[in-house]
Amino acid sequence: MLRENHRSFKFDWITIVLFLLLVVFGYLNILSASHIGEITSYFDSSQLYGKHLIFVGLTFVLIILIVSVEAKFYERFASVIYIVAMIALIGLFLFGKDVNGARSWYGIGSMTIQPSEFAKFATALAVAKFISDIETNMKTVKDQLKVAAIILIPAILILLQNDAGSTIVYLAFFFVFYREGLQQVYLIIALSLIILAVLGLKFGVLISAIVTLLTLACVYLFRRKNKDSIFNYIIALIVCIGFSYGVKLFYTHGLKIHQQNRISLWLRLEKDPAKLERMKKAEAYNLIQSEEAISSGGLTGKGFLQGTRTTGKFVPEQHTDYIFSTVGEEWGFLGTSLVVLTFVLLIIRILYLAEAQKSQFSRVYGYGVASILFIHFTINIGMVMGLIPTVGIPLPFFSYGGSGLWGFTILLFIFVKLDSNKINEW
Amino acid sequence: MRKILLLTTVIFVGLIFIARLFYLQVYNSDAYDIFEDTAIKKEYNYPKRGYVYDRNGQLLVANQPSYDVMVIPREVSPLDSLELEEFCALLKITKEDYEKKLNKAKNYSYRLPSPFVPQLSKKDYAVLQEKMRKFEGFYIQKRSLRSYQTDIGANVLGDLGEVNRRTIKRKPYYKLGDLIGKQGIELSYEDVLRGVKGIKFIQKDRHNKNIGPYKDGVFDTLPKPGKDITITIDSELQAYGEQLMKHKRGGIVAIDPKSGEILAMVTGPSYNPNLLVGRERNKNFNKLFRDTINMPTFDRGLQAQYAPGSPFKVINALIGLQEEVVEIDEKFTCRMGYYYGSRKLTGCHHHRSPVDLNTGIAQSCNAYFVNVYRRIVDKYDDAGIGTNVWAEHAKSFGLGNYLNNDLPVGRKGRIPDGDYYDRQYGDNRWGSTYTVSNAIGQGEVEATPIQLANMAAAIGNRGYYYTPHIIKHIEGDSIPDKFKKRKYTSIDKKHFEPVIQGMFDVYNKGTAQTLRVPGIEICGKTGTAENFVKIDGVKTQLTDHSIFVAFAPKENPTIAIAVFVENGYWGSRFAGRMASLMIEKYIKGHITRTDLEDWILTHSLENEYKKPYSGEPFKINGQTTLQVIDKNPIMIETKEQNLIN
Repeated sequence: MLRENHRSFKFDWITIVLFLLLVVFGYLNILSASHIGEITSYFDSSQLYGKHLIFVGLTFVLIILIVSVEAKFYERFASVIYIVAMIALIGLFLFGKDVNGARSWYGIGSMTIQPSEFAKFATALAVAKFISDIETNMKTVKDQLKVAAIILIPAILILLQNDAGSTIVYLAFFFVFYREGLQQVYLIIALSLIILAVLGLKFGVLISAIVTLLTLACVYLFRRKNKDSIFNYIIALIVCIGFSYGVKLFYTHGLKIHQQNRISLWLRLEKDPAKLERMKKAEAYNLIQSEEAISSGGLTGKGFLQGTRTTGKFVPEQHTDYIFSTVGEEWGFLGTSLVVLTFVLLIIRILYLAEAQKSQFSRVYGYGVASILFIHFTINIGMVMGLIPTVGIPLPFFSYGGSGLWGFTILLFIFVKLDSNKINEW
Repeated sequence: MRKILLLTTVIFVGLIFIARLFYLQVYNSDAYDIFEDTAIKKEYNYPKRGYVYDRNGQLLVANQPSYDVMVIPREVSPLDSLELEEFCALLKITKEDYEKKLNKAKNYSYRLPSPFVPQLSKKDYAVLQEKMRKFEGFYIQKRSLRSYQTDIGANVLGDLGEVNRRTIKRKPYYKLGDLIGKQGIELSYEDVLRGVKGIKFIQKDRHNKNIGPYKDGVFDTLPKPGKDITITIDSELQAYGEQLMKHKRGGIVAIDPKSGEILAMVTGPSYNPNLLVGRERNKNFNKLFRDTINMPTFDRGLQAQYAPGSPFKVINALIGLQEEVVEIDEKFTCRMGYYYGSRKLTGCHHHRSPVDLNTGIAQSCNAYFVNVYRRIVDKYDDAGIGTNVWAEHAKSFGLGNYLNNDLPVGRKGRIPDGDYYDRQYGDNRWGSTYTVSNAIGQGEVEATPIQLANMAAAIGNRGYYYTPHIIKHIEGDSIPDKFKKRKYTSIDKKHFEPVIQGMFDVYNKGTAQTLRVPGIEICGKTGTAENFVKIDGVKTQLTDHSIFVAFAPKENPTIAIAVFVENGYWGSRFAGRMASLMIEKYIKGHITRTDLEDWILTHSLENEYKKPYSGEPFKINGQTTLQVIDKNPIMIETKEQNLIN
């Protein structure tokens, strides 16, 4: 008993408090977004808010389980957990259930489980395990390919199940790789490609080619020492133009219409007013409603359970991906900035703890946790406010759903456990 | 570098989010206004508008239900061609109308309701009500329209019209499609008559379905009915005045001197107030408003500013006595006019000479009043000061400025002072001889019929008046105190008797002796005012205006009246007859001078009014012949032409 108590003190309470803040506030907003008419019982399991309360309750059971397990277990069984998660993903092709066109769920009775939510922590564990292996050197192409495979397997499986949003999450691991030694040039290439893609779509391939040419010319002229041959620059130019053109082709032919429209709305490419009007009722509808709900909250919001748009269910999917619009309407700028601040603090806290880890496994895993939370936070809130194109992924700890809540809880608390164990490491 | 990439990115994204949220929620967000919130439907319940009664309790204006089809553009889902056809057929509009009306509503606001087709009949409403649910974004708003129980007094009663956007900006109580008083007492007593509409806030869902009262209805209000009002108009007298004014242009204003209550306020030509109700309102209003020749919406009793002519001489007599520049029995010679040296400044008509004050008024001698006027102005060293003293006295009768009453329109009139002539001629470069027209109510002096009626009331009261007003009683409220306060003129009471005697002698032996009404001692004053118009840029004289001002009975008067008939020639010809008839009608309740009545009803000035527009040369005054018409003309005119009467 004494020993148990002694141990529990080493849990990072800041992380836990921030986590609780998000879960409780998330529950309140789900309550508001999902209730219809009077709330008769908070535990009414026929209502979404009632179910979510059960999920929250079970979360605490889950936490106890996670922290009870020996810390070494996670490192030792990382590969096994990863393989189980991948099998679960593959199994979807055989036994999965289609919801909204995505084959992402197992149906067990009235319950559904979304394995992709659990694949995230499994992948993070596997990546940590691989990178922390003494034989792994992130600077070698061979190992880079291996680690890429670890994240590409779940990413591709999920993409095949028509859940593009969850696929994007795996880009988060770039931050982990970079931290663990991936060459600088990848960062530059990644940034350049993003800029090229956006430039090409927004202003056309020609403009993007001109910008590339000017940039390369500048680099060539100002880089006096160890000059590359001009030939290399020409190849770079051709590759860039080719990429830009490829993005354009992919945009027009590779994307589904709704995806294309989301990007077109984001970059404001559509000029035809009739088509815009139609989009307002389709792809842009959610965004318009959610922005309006957020704006209407003003500085202090309309009050808990008092949001007129929330009550009227004006924002579709408000309890899941668009939960932040409820915060905006009912709690105003004070509420939304509190949520943003809590997420930022949580991620920074995890990064701080990760850097303080003695074992590389713990550090890499911590980085993975921070990166996954960061990408969800950025994409979800950015999307709800219209800053980035619509991508359907949940807001961690906040959005309705058992799989999501548990997936993120496991992700976070494995790290909390690892962190609490760092004294025992040597 | 490797350690801080994610850290800096997180902080960067956090800052961008906070900035964006600040922009959305604080910078770019107006204070929450439930009326702008499309999630909350506002259901209005319009109260009963107050009824209007005349001074004898006769109901003049009541209400009738009306149904407007309203539209909220952003909630309209596009109709397919079949639905569109059905909808247009129900509303009796064309497809082009549909587009036009919808665009107009969109231009106003996507979120706020605009009237789509206003004022449906009860029958159309019954048919439409069933099918309305099919057409998203449209709904029916019940309102109440006016129902006039009379066809007189359009200028007094006024009318309701749709509130315009400028007014909505100023007074947010009103929403597009609401009705508001536009003219007459509907305008001046809008706040009293209107009441306060009730409102229900209803929470809607995304499919525009009602899902219950907003916050359990704590903000909902019940309508507060408008208050009934009683106006000072005697509708019988008003109707009689309008009958007399038919086929003439001009105004009659009758006031009770004991209270300042307006008994009748006639303008000619007028129109039937029922024309400005319902779906036809806009069409009719435009027709009436754009009739720049007859100007039926121009209230000549309140807005027509004419030279008052001879009735103003009475004021000069009173000022002369007050300033002690003339004795009651002092006589002046009149040689068919007033001569300054050898120059004739004013002409006069044939009467015996010399004349004292009494005869001066009774015979309306121009020379007498020029003498008096010059003495007033020249009493002081400086003509400017003299003119100012004279003007102050005249203004104390309510002339030369707004009466500040409860009628929505009015004119200041004009009493020129020293400054006025300094501007006109240069400082001190003029004298009393320059302004002698003021002595006889011509020249720069101008007044409206209501000002002249009020002037008559002040004389009849021997030195005071009450601000003329139209409100007699407000349900559960009192009328403004300013209407209960006497306003004294600057003339001492004792000076009124000789002047009133002169006005009495106008009837007795003067210019109105043919207009006497048996059993009533009327004091009056005739007036004839020259007037000019520009025809193709040429100043052309028209037949004189006929003016008459009177009060009766001589002691304790109960009615003071001013009558103005455009181009009616001399004062007793039209205006005098009408004034006498009105007085008899009010005091006796019936007419004994049926000869006067017959004459007025059988004589028209319409030919006279056509002359300036005929494009041909025409004769005026003595060289014209009067147009005689049938007393009860059979109406064969089409409805179109019959807008005005």
